[in-house]
Amino acid sequence: MEQRILLDHGSGGVASHRLIRGLFLEKFFNEYLQPLDDGALLDVSSPISFSTDTYTIDPIFFPGGDIGSLAIHGTVNDVAMMGARPRFVSCGFVIEEGLEVSCLERIVSSMARAAQDAGVRVVTGDTKVVPRGSVDKIFINTTGIGEVVLDPPPRGNRAMPGDVIIVSGSIGDHGLAIMTSREGILLDLGIVSDSAPLNHMVLSLIEEVPHIHVLRDPTRGGLATTLNEIATQSQVEIEIEEEMIPVKDSVKQGCSLLGLDPLYLANEGKFLCILPEKFAHKALGVLRSHPRGRDATVIGRVLKKGPGQILLKTEIGGRRLLTMLEGEHLPRIC
Amino acid sequence: MAGGRKEIHGLVERMKTLVERCGGFSFMEVCGTHTVAIFQSGLRSLFPEGLRHISGPGCPVCVTHARDISLGMELVRGEGIVLATFGDMMRVPDAQGMSLKMLRAKGARVHVCYSPLDALDLAQREPGVEVVFWGIGFETTSPTVAATIKEAQQRGVSNFSVLPAHKLIPPALDFLLSSGVEVDGLLLPGHVSTVIGVDVYGFIPHKYGVPAVISGFEPLDIAMSICRLMEMKLSGRVEVFNQYTRAVKRNGNPRARALLEEVFERDDALWRGIGIIKGSGLRIRDSYSAMDALKRFNPKGSDISDPPGCRCGEVLQGKITPPMCPLFKKRCTPMSPVGPCMVSTEGSCAAYYKYGTC
Repeated sequence: MEQRILLDHGSGGVASHRLIRGLFLEKFFNEYLQPLDDGALLDVSSPISFSTDTYTIDPIFFPGGDIGSLAIHGTVNDVAMMGARPRFVSCGFVIEEGLEVSCLERIVSSMARAAQDAGVRVVTGDTKVVPRGSVDKIFINTTGIGEVVLDPPPRGNRAMPGDVIIVSGSIGDHGLAIMTSREGILLDLGIVSDSAPLNHMVLSLIEEVPHIHVLRDPTRGGLATTLNEIATQSQVEIEIEEEMIPVKDSVKQGCSLLGLDPLYLANEGKFLCILPEKFAHKALGVLRSHPRGRDATVIGRVLKKGPGQILLKTEIGGRRLLTMLEGEHLPRIC
Repeated sequence: MAGGRKEIHGLVERMKTLVERCGGFSFMEVCGTHTVAIFQSGLRSLFPEGLRHISGPGCPVCVTHARDISLGMELVRGEGIVLATFGDMMRVPDAQGMSLKMLRAKGARVHVCYSPLDALDLAQREPGVEVVFWGIGFETTSPTVAATIKEAQQRGVSNFSVLPAHKLIPPALDFLLSSGVEVDGLLLPGHVSTVIGVDVYGFIPHKYGVPAVISGFEPLDIAMSICRLMEMKLSGRVEVFNQYTRAVKRNGNPRARALLEEVFERDDALWRGIGIIKGSGLRIRDSYSAMDALKRFNPKGSDISDPPGCRCGEVLQGKITPPMCPLFKKRCTPMSPVGPCMVSTEGSCAAYYKYGTC
């Protein structure tokens, strides 16, 4: 095959077919994708969980993953957060003219591995190639569907007074990994993205503890943003214990040096679970028995009904609000 | 951090006793990092009744006058200019409500830096553009800018310049105390003091009889420092005390000061909401004028007054607290800030809004 992606590869002609058969079908191979029809024919039982996300991350390769694995993990996780078993994924590529084919191969291989790891299949897709400069190397959209197995399903508006909040592991890893690798700084700290599929852990949890009220993964905006969203949706006041929030020492150090707050950094391999207190112990047992859930811990509780608000009990025993950021997380001056 | 919590509670109890003996005590800090630390750690929620925390002009973004902001906005609109800046400046609104973030969305070239050296490297990578670094900050930041200017000269980089807007803390403190700001004690900035040392603050106890403590940023540091302030008032032995000995040497950092001395000289400066404070700013010396963006581009800037109703100036001088400003949380919010005190990550108004006043 050619060395670089050309506009020809997105035009639907012979070059396109060569790319689809030679790369996408080769790596993603399964019976649903193989016919290469306009769409895939699937057997999925309802209710169905359906989610989409577009990945524009820079850099496209980072410690712990790449734009491809992230695209699979992210959508698999969003589907799973609705209390569903993810089954099928579509992917749409928008590729910059001139991208090295070896780079695309590396990304697609990574996606195939991630899909296998998660137990989902890529069943349909699309490829566009745009002129140099129109996108930054590659953007990927993935859309996933899954079968909801929890009734009633977890929703953002179901948090109730008396519930506790569990986080499945350390926070801030992904956001800091991206920041440091993009800027080429603090690489000696060895910060690695936590990008991973969460569906296996979620399904084990649901099986043992069906009384879950809320499941959500704190991606963009971090833990603080996600908690605020849930508090607003559920119209509750939530109290969080700062010293219970697991943060790796290397992440604490990196954040302190850069003037960033780990509570606002993205996570791509962690989730929040809000459920009645009496089931917390069992839930922790299930999570901690999974390799990705070893550091699962209770970080707070839902206090009462009221305006959506997060009250942080600080490490020194004081109190303050934990609010949402206005926009981008920008590093401080001095 | 159980040990830390016990120590803090011990200090909070001590604070309570001391405040009662003082019959009330107010302290002012003049460092944005102290403002954030006090709120973010939750220490503020533990202050006893009668202890008043006032935030002074310690946020370099907040004290940047509207006129100085207009200079930066004018330059970034210039053909072939890339404005390099610390992240904090991105959302500061000018008199028309326009920010660098908005201008960037409209096509202006703005580059967010962690350090001024990033800007110099950018200038070397892109010889076809003019890179202007916006020099904002106190004595913690200005030495690195001075070093960068020297480095630019050494590397022979001709498309790099600095828009100078640096300020100095001691003249501002002198001005505040002489204009009658009423505080019982001053919490002095830790990072600035690593550069300027201890003795330079001597006028605070000697001229004004106010105790002062150079404090670190951990909650323990701050709590200890506040106790020390009150002890000094009670004993009558008023002086400058260095609590932050692990970072601040008596003589500060002579090399950093020498760099400053070589590249910059003192000038009068405009402080938002305060006006001119003599000798409180830095301008680039003639020997480095090739790297002075003011001389290279000669921006006009605009003479504008603060927006009506905005009381940033009084907040900055510690005369009112943010909730006393009529715009606070109503017209002025982080989403749509009127003044920089709300938009800077270290601004008092932003801190009150973000962390609440539990």
